[in-house]
Amino acid sequence: MASVAFENSRRFHLGESFFKTLLYLSASIVLITLAAILVILYVSGQNAFEHFGPQFLWLDQWDPVRDLYGAAAPVAGTLASSAIALLIAWPLGFGIAYFLTESCPRRLRTPLGIAVELLAAIPSIVYGMWGFFVLAPVMASNIEPWLTSTFGWLPVLPNEDNPMWFWFQGAPVGVGLLTSGVVLAIMILPFIAATTRDVLLTTPQLLKDGGYAMGATRWEVVTGVVIPAVRGSLFGAVFLGLGRALGETMAVTFVIGNANRMPDGFFAPTASIASIVANTFPEADVGSMKLAALFALGFILFVVSFFVLAFARLLLRQGRMAA
Amino acid sequence: MKSTNMLRRATLGALAAFATLASVGVAAADEITGAGSTFAQPIYTRWAEAYAGPSGDTLNYQGIGSGAGVTQVINRTVDFGATDVSVAPDRLAANQLMQFPTVIGAVVVSVNIPGVDGNNLKLTGSLIGDIYLGRVRMWNDHRIAALNPGVNLPALAIAPVYRADASGTTGIFTNYLSSVNLAFGTTTGAGTSVSWRAGIGAPGNAGVAGAIANTHGAIGYVEYAYVAENHMQAVQLQNRSGAWVRPTVEAFAAAAAQAPWGSSPNQDASMINTAGATSWPIVSATYVVVPTNPTDAGRARKMLQFFDWAWKNGQTQVDALHYISLPASVQNRARQRWCQVRAAGQAVWSGCH
Amino acid sequence: MTIAAINTGNYVRRKIFSAIMDTVCLLAALAGLVILAIILSTLIQRGAAGFSPNVFTHAMRATPGQGGGLSNAIVGSVIQTGIGTLIGAPLGIAVGIYLSEVGNNGRFASLVRFVNDILLSAPSILIGLFVYEILVVPHAPFIHGGFSGMAGGIALALLAMPVIARTTEDIIKLVPDSYREGSIALGARESATITRVVVPAAFGGILTGILLAVARISGETAPLIFTSFGSFFTSQSVFSGPMASLPIAIYRYAAGVYEEHHQLAWTGALIITVGVLLLNIASRAAFAHAQRR
Repeated sequence: MASVAFENSRRFHLGESFFKTLLYLSASIVLITLAAILVILYVSGQNAFEHFGPQFLWLDQWDPVRDLYGAAAPVAGTLASSAIALLIAWPLGFGIAYFLTESCPRRLRTPLGIAVELLAAIPSIVYGMWGFFVLAPVMASNIEPWLTSTFGWLPVLPNEDNPMWFWFQGAPVGVGLLTSGVVLAIMILPFIAATTRDVLLTTPQLLKDGGYAMGATRWEVVTGVVIPAVRGSLFGAVFLGLGRALGETMAVTFVIGNANRMPDGFFAPTASIASIVANTFPEADVGSMKLAALFALGFILFVVSFFVLAFARLLLRQGRMAA
Repeated sequence: MKSTNMLRRATLGALAAFATLASVGVAAADEITGAGSTFAQPIYTRWAEAYAGPSGDTLNYQGIGSGAGVTQVINRTVDFGATDVSVAPDRLAANQLMQFPTVIGAVVVSVNIPGVDGNNLKLTGSLIGDIYLGRVRMWNDHRIAALNPGVNLPALAIAPVYRADASGTTGIFTNYLSSVNLAFGTTTGAGTSVSWRAGIGAPGNAGVAGAIANTHGAIGYVEYAYVAENHMQAVQLQNRSGAWVRPTVEAFAAAAAQAPWGSSPNQDASMINTAGATSWPIVSATYVVVPTNPTDAGRARKMLQFFDWAWKNGQTQVDALHYISLPASVQNRARQRWCQVRAAGQAVWSGCH
Repeated sequence: MTIAAINTGNYVRRKIFSAIMDTVCLLAALAGLVILAIILSTLIQRGAAGFSPNVFTHAMRATPGQGGGLSNAIVGSVIQTGIGTLIGAPLGIAVGIYLSEVGNNGRFASLVRFVNDILLSAPSILIGLFVYEILVVPHAPFIHGGFSGMAGGIALALLAMPVIARTTEDIIKLVPDSYREGSIALGARESATITRVVVPAAFGGILTGILLAVARISGETAPLIFTSFGSFFTSQSVFSGPMASLPIAIYRYAAGVYEEHHQLAWTGALIITVGVLLLNIASRAAFAHAQRR
């Protein structure tokens, strides 16, 4: 027996190292891909960064005629639409998760849970189309006029002579910041619901039982015991949803209005980084400043997403290990 | 092990399927590909439908905007690019391209104001410029009312619509606005892609037309064929002579007749704000850009044959869509210039020496 | 403390409050689910209205009334998704195997895991820009450049790989150690243990991961805009020339004026959604089947 093992030992080693090397290489490709994306985005956008300097980040201009570009408008549009989306989606998502884990009849929990996960898989272009064909007209003819009549008294900020934020005034065209925020919210809702539900489910039953044993009501158990226990992971879920919303292209491009300007009200058309890149790309010549500006925007988006996702992951993994 | 076998079989099956599918395209017929201007899309596609019959070759045209069309032909991903704005001579030379006009069309301004017949609405170019600068915000503004006494203009916000993509139609329109509105010229300027001060963007002539149709209070600029085909309303404009003109083929033709074809090396001619009492102020030729060094002589020849056929046999379609044909002299000069297109040292066009 | 004390005022108030919040959350859940149901029903209604054999047999046409369909877009999507899976799956499985069997919790493996998670949720439009710059922009003399179905497939592969890696790692970790110990006891090398024992045992789960990845990449639009560009034509080759795909076709059609194009856009969206949902359901079934073994 022992002699057989020795006879084969040389081939044995080569095969093993080959296999291991293959695996190491594959794993390295993951690292190389991320590094390559960062490098390529930066290098291709270098012209824009060098030409406009760091001011590129907050310059509010997008003038293809004079080849002047700045990231302020798309960045503002991206952040604003994502913020609106989170503000709407998170309470609803939490409500769904709470319902699924606490008050839902047991028999319905699995099918509803599966339904929510399936909804999270719907391609985003469907939401974009629905937003454009169904939601935008409703916003234009019903919701936006109602908002103007209800909230029109909000004062123009900072003042009438220097109007920068109109709240709910302005032409109700149906597409714009608010509509894109709503569409984004609906798109990330299943995702946030599923992730929050998973987070809530990681709470040790022991903690919850202790809460109930002390006479707490269901709501008090959730807010007083569960949420503090998984607070980090909940934040992580929120940030993960934010990371999704930041990079969303198709759901937003249909309904954001395609105006490469800072939004000056909820009804204002604006642009997000993804929508500007998608719209402008087909006409950006290789080697042009316009293409460099698009890559620079891509680099900014990647850096922001990277930090948001890294932070989310940190929170989620911490929560998982603590549980 | 069973599952390994299954995996192996599944993979082989999938590979076979993809190999079959991937080769499906290879057997397809020879198709000339073009991309660019949505201004010209209606007439090119109508011509293509009629052409497919007689010769067997087909043209497949993709309206992605003039800017993108030129970029694609520079990248040689299509056989020809279509643009409504003449490409700069140095850009043509640097990318070994040549440009020739194909047909003439008009840009009109369409509106969607509930309760108002847009066809009877009068707007000056300068006023439209102010609208697109965000200086005129409501339809019942006194400046609009002054031009339209007796029209009951509602207190509705104006929603200007423009092109989100790089567009020759935008180029034509902004050229016009810049020439009649100084503030517009200095702030927004003219070009295929400009920095609009107000309004929302939609992709393609079709997108703008759709946005106008779907938005109350909208105003936008589109090629006339889109308005005619979709029964939209187009306002009257004031031409250089001061007369109010409706967008009709006669008005377009009157402007086209003034075109200074002369001896411009790239055969471009401006028909914006031309003289003439009945001229429509926003008329333009549309151009096709082709490589002067094609790799496939046969394809290049077929493409030129298509346009030759269209000039000779396509009048019905031109009339149906309210475009204007080029003067015969211009067409003949273009044919002569086709001799610049050479492959393997020889001109691809058969009429050359 | 007597039982009676349970129903005193304070407790009753708290209980009512909890019941109110229960209702609020129920309403929130209903609101969310109702909106999603509305979207799905709109999609089904409008999409089904345009269903006809034409959609699958005729290619796209730029003007209406030509009997245009979506065949070239469907074929293009299948081809590019296929390429993406063929490239991304082996890569993802290898990474997953590495993370679960070889690297475990070492520093390198933790880094790879972290980066994989980032890639998993990174904006897909940036992957498109990345592949555009390396494969579509000409870099003489190595890269000829130009849009191609291959570039689109590679972009999709980069999106599929992290998903498959993650699910593969999770599923391989679930394979009981007794399998591995038995294999080693028989004298098998580590590579044989992995390839002949562990992976086949995890096969169902791996398949699940692949199906999930396929579902995810088949709905992607943004990366394809930059790599295969979409087209109205039927592609002549996978390696050169733009290739149509269903999401881009929907995007272009939805932005048009013609009703017929809008109808085709809805039908295309329905086709994609049904495909994605079926893949998800199939992957769950595969997982359940594997677990039962």
